[in-house]
Amino acid sequence: MRAPRLLAVAVVLLAAACSTDTKTDTSTVTLVTHESFVVSKEVLADFQKQSGLTVKILRSGDAGALVNKAVLSKGNPQGDVLFGVDNTFLSRAIDAGIFSAYDPKNLDQVAANLKEGTDGKVAPVDYGDVCVNYDKAYYAKKGIQPPSSFADLLKPAYKNQLVVENPATSSPGLAFLLGSVATYGDTGWKDYWAKLKANGALVVDGWEEAYQQRFTVGSQGKGNRPLVVSYASSPPAEVVYAEKKPADAPSGVVTNTCFRQIEYAGLLDGAANPTGGRKLLDFLLSPQFQKDMPLQMFVYPSVTGTPLPAEFTKYAATPEKPLTLPAADITKNREAWIDEWTNTVLR
Amino acid sequence: MDKYRPALTRAALAVVPLAFLAVFFAYPVASLVGLGLGGDGPGLGLLTDSGVRHVLWFTVWQAVASTVLTVLVALPGAAVLARFDLPGRAVIRALVTVPFVLPTVVVGAAFLALIGPDGLLGIELDRTVWAILAAHVFFNYAVVVRIVGSVWAQLDRRQEEAARMLGSSRFAAFRRVTLPALRPAIAAASSVVFLFTFTSFGIVQILGGPEYATLEVEIYRRTVYQLDLSGAAVLSLVQFFAVAVLLALDGLLTGKARASRLVEPAPRRPRGRLEWAFVGANLVVLVVLLMAPLAVLVERSFANGLGSWKALASSDSSSVLPVPAWQTVATSLQYAVIATALAVVVGVCAAVVLTRPGRLGGVFGLLLMLPLGTSAVTVGFGFLVALDEPPLDLRDSPLLVPCAQALVAVPFVVRAVLPVLRAIDNRLREAAAVLGAPPLRVWWRVDLPLVWRALAAATGFAFAISLGEFGATVFIARADSPTIPVAIAILLGRPGEVNSGQAMALATILMVLCSVTLVVLDRLRPSNAGGEL
Repeated sequence: MRAPRLLAVAVVLLAAACSTDTKTDTSTVTLVTHESFVVSKEVLADFQKQSGLTVKILRSGDAGALVNKAVLSKGNPQGDVLFGVDNTFLSRAIDAGIFSAYDPKNLDQVAANLKEGTDGKVAPVDYGDVCVNYDKAYYAKKGIQPPSSFADLLKPAYKNQLVVENPATSSPGLAFLLGSVATYGDTGWKDYWAKLKANGALVVDGWEEAYQQRFTVGSQGKGNRPLVVSYASSPPAEVVYAEKKPADAPSGVVTNTCFRQIEYAGLLDGAANPTGGRKLLDFLLSPQFQKDMPLQMFVYPSVTGTPLPAEFTKYAATPEKPLTLPAADITKNREAWIDEWTNTVLR
Repeated sequence: MDKYRPALTRAALAVVPLAFLAVFFAYPVASLVGLGLGGDGPGLGLLTDSGVRHVLWFTVWQAVASTVLTVLVALPGAAVLARFDLPGRAVIRALVTVPFVLPTVVVGAAFLALIGPDGLLGIELDRTVWAILAAHVFFNYAVVVRIVGSVWAQLDRRQEEAARMLGSSRFAAFRRVTLPALRPAIAAASSVVFLFTFTSFGIVQILGGPEYATLEVEIYRRTVYQLDLSGAAVLSLVQFFAVAVLLALDGLLTGKARASRLVEPAPRRPRGRLEWAFVGANLVVLVVLLMAPLAVLVERSFANGLGSWKALASSDSSSVLPVPAWQTVATSLQYAVIATALAVVVGVCAAVVLTRPGRLGGVFGLLLMLPLGTSAVTVGFGFLVALDEPPLDLRDSPLLVPCAQALVAVPFVVRAVLPVLRAIDNRLREAAAVLGAPPLRVWWRVDLPLVWRALAAATGFAFAISLGEFGATVFIARADSPTIPVAIAILLGRPGEVNSGQAMALATILMVLCSVTLVVLDRLRPSNAGGEL
């Protein structure tokens, strides 16, 4: 008899040791988000002061992992609001029914094309463009022009220069694949990738490796690939996070390769504090947060008319016509495209 | 009555590790696997898929190749460090172990700088199996050096010398006399190396690229990116089964061999040209294979002069970390202290229980090792689906991180303490008990004085492991308090030289912390009766 009772005691003790009380507390609101979420301390403090809420931020993984975790804990979520699901994963989140509908204040000031496919369940908070970046110094030294389109990437002049992410494991990788589908259509994209591979494109699993270890700019000069799939806002980030502020960004953007990525936030179904969650969603679309975002997360605010910081207007490239695909198309084909891509490029 | 009592005490002690494993391992993992198998998935039919079979085949052969290579490269190293008295021996021993406790995100970056395109070593192995194998040797060198070395250091040299006097060549003497004595230790080391390389994750991902995948990588991809829980569950079961078979074999091969009484000859200076050449050659291997990647990280942290180091202290609101980077050092230390305490309590309870293995002892010992062979993503996602309701709603608790780290450290504590406990003559305990000492006092007076050095070593090792643990930590949602390895991953996840420089500076700090812990540990190592660390 002694052992089972001891077991029970031990379990309860362990549980007590490892648990903290956060439930049934309406003064705390919890934001579940990805690893890249950043907000200025002052902006967050202001919101907490005004709303009387304490914001708890749970960061983990990237957009894909974030959505999958939320799907797994559906109905009994880890927090009240989820921020960071993007348009490549939106359909999975919405189909799984993890959100409950809410239209935050200022949603009416968000451009209609950003709201496509959201079904009223989530609100677009920011957008950014996934594009090929190039090392300015490299091409200046070689005396050749950087590529200017998808088609250019197949030219011998750019052989063995590009590093791309695996769309099966990386959200910029998936965006770039979708960009190629948007450019070459449902029939032509596979042929394009076969040629891209023949021209020496290197595939890696994630953005970190592509940019920080392979790209000549991001790797403190130790990488050997002058072309990388990254973001249109990476050049301003290189300036902001430079040891000595350079006069110009060291990298540039091939604007014809840009695929638009939109990030959304929504109220999680089964949230412990839905009222607080709604306030938090309002905050994400508020002028303060929207204005703060570009230099924190290097993305563009979704609310029209939000002023941009100088670093952005100066160093970030804005594609005239970013590539997009209808959300329904992405939903229908995502897995099949990834499988076909894997067979074409990796196998 | 007197015979009955220790058994009861052991049963009570068994409750602690069992409860710990049940809550933080068995229940979460079973929940997730159950969830996967519950759906209408492919079931075992998945194993006929050619892609999956390819993964299985690669997993096995790269693990075999890595293990053979590691043993071949590290065995001479074990001899050098066990037998010869060299200046700075303690420091070398500690440095050799640092790779083992470093997170792979860090090591991947260092390896690319060495054997990547335009690498410092001038050979490009990037995207080849060779890179994976080299990194596996780098990581697991310490396993062989420590496990085999601890036995080697205690072998009676006179037997080998006698063989040589009788006319055997150096090699023949080694093969006929030394090797058989080392065989159990080599088997133990091989099975540990095989376990780690069989479940290799970060190294395969970073150095092999998307073309290569172990079972562990495939489970991760299916769980995290495809949400194919049913496929992941099937593969998890396969991995589970393989690891259990491996551990059972390991128990059979090494379990019997620990009883031999050993002497401890003092290490001596190398003598003669041949010995110096042998030592020299191994030091070259150490420098090229083990020290060069570590040195590269340090060099990178100074790529901007002192800028990266200064940035660690800045609380600039534009920093990508939620806290100034130096605070992650404090967080890591705090977590590691808690994790170590947990691991020592759980591990020592388990080791005491296993000292006198009963019928269930083997199963219990195996259960303790299983977390090392289980994919971190399975445990992490398991926490998410299983520990979500009171009284076990632990998902958001910051203390979940040290709990998960302890899960990884416990097997090492057990492996360090158990052989020493087993070597204690049970008559001592019985004598004390007959004289009326209650079990706790018996332990305090008899076991502890003999075991404390091994315990101290295990504590240090658990501490270093917890400091560097990344796989399980990263999956656990936490508030704004990243550990050093998590912070490194966040910093590497952003553009800009300040971020990557800080990542390298943090990696350097982590290396220094681990080295210092391991040097201290080395001084406390049991001088007799070999623990396995």
